[in-house]
Amino acid sequence: MIPVAFLLATLICASTGGEIAITYGMKSTGEPARLRPKELLIFLARAVRNGWFWLGVPLLALSFYSLLVLLSWQPISFVIPASALSYVVGTLGAKYILREQVSAARWIGVIMVCAGVALVAAG
Amino acid sequence: MLRSVGEGLFPQTLNIQGDRALRLRIKTLFMILAMVVCANVGDLMLKRGMTQIGAVPVSLSGMERAFLLTITNPTIWLGILFLTGFMLSYMTVLSWADYSYVMPAGAFGYALLTLLAVVFLHETVSARRWVGVALICVGVLLVGQTKPRTTEAIREVAT
Repeated sequence: MIPVAFLLATLICASTGGEIAITYGMKSTGEPARLRPKELLIFLARAVRNGWFWLGVPLLALSFYSLLVLLSWQPISFVIPASALSYVVGTLGAKYILREQVSAARWIGVIMVCAGVALVAAG
Repeated sequence: MLRSVGEGLFPQTLNIQGDRALRLRIKTLFMILAMVVCANVGDLMLKRGMTQIGAVPVSLSGMERAFLLTITNPTIWLGILFLTGFMLSYMTVLSWADYSYVMPAGAFGYALLTLLAVVFLHETVSARRWVGVALICVGVLLVGQTKPRTTEAIREVAT
């Protein structure tokens, strides 16, 4: 049980950390001027020169491999509901690291989504 | 409550600020939809491609053969294309919208997959799963009616 808990914690922390790093990178890249191919290419070129993006990518890779290993140990109906906790961890990260304003409505919505994903994946 | 949800989704104030807020909301919802569709179609293609290849034997020659079959399988490449589309739309939407807005909204894919499984594959779905789908839909609607962006742009020190 201890390796499973450890891997689950790695999965949640790495995916949340990676996504927060990428969000920070994209916010400092700035939004594309228009949603046209040329502007999107310029945006992409700027985004991949951002250090925060390259901090996020290996973290997401780590979370992907922890997910694969977990899935080889435990059934999917346990793994996905357990990892749904990352919705709550991600919202905490958004509030305290990215300084986003998480209103009461958003919190209630996130908790409902978290419970919903757990129920759907549990079958 | 319902009224505020409606006003959040369709702001009635059509002054310049309201117009800009509406554009931001439509742009964000459009990108999230692209994200959800690309992620689910991509996963489906990868799964279909890997099923075509079959179980990978755990030996050096077996893995080598599986690797060659994987990189020459058009369905796998289609899956990779869609997942690239997902990553691009995800990065783009996060350049203006809150992470705490985009992340829960992305869970709509789970609800969508269940509905597609019922309509097209005629799968039977347990009561527990329907409750989950309902919770996701209400949760996404609740998050969706909040402001998509609550932070200012980050100024880069170097430039």
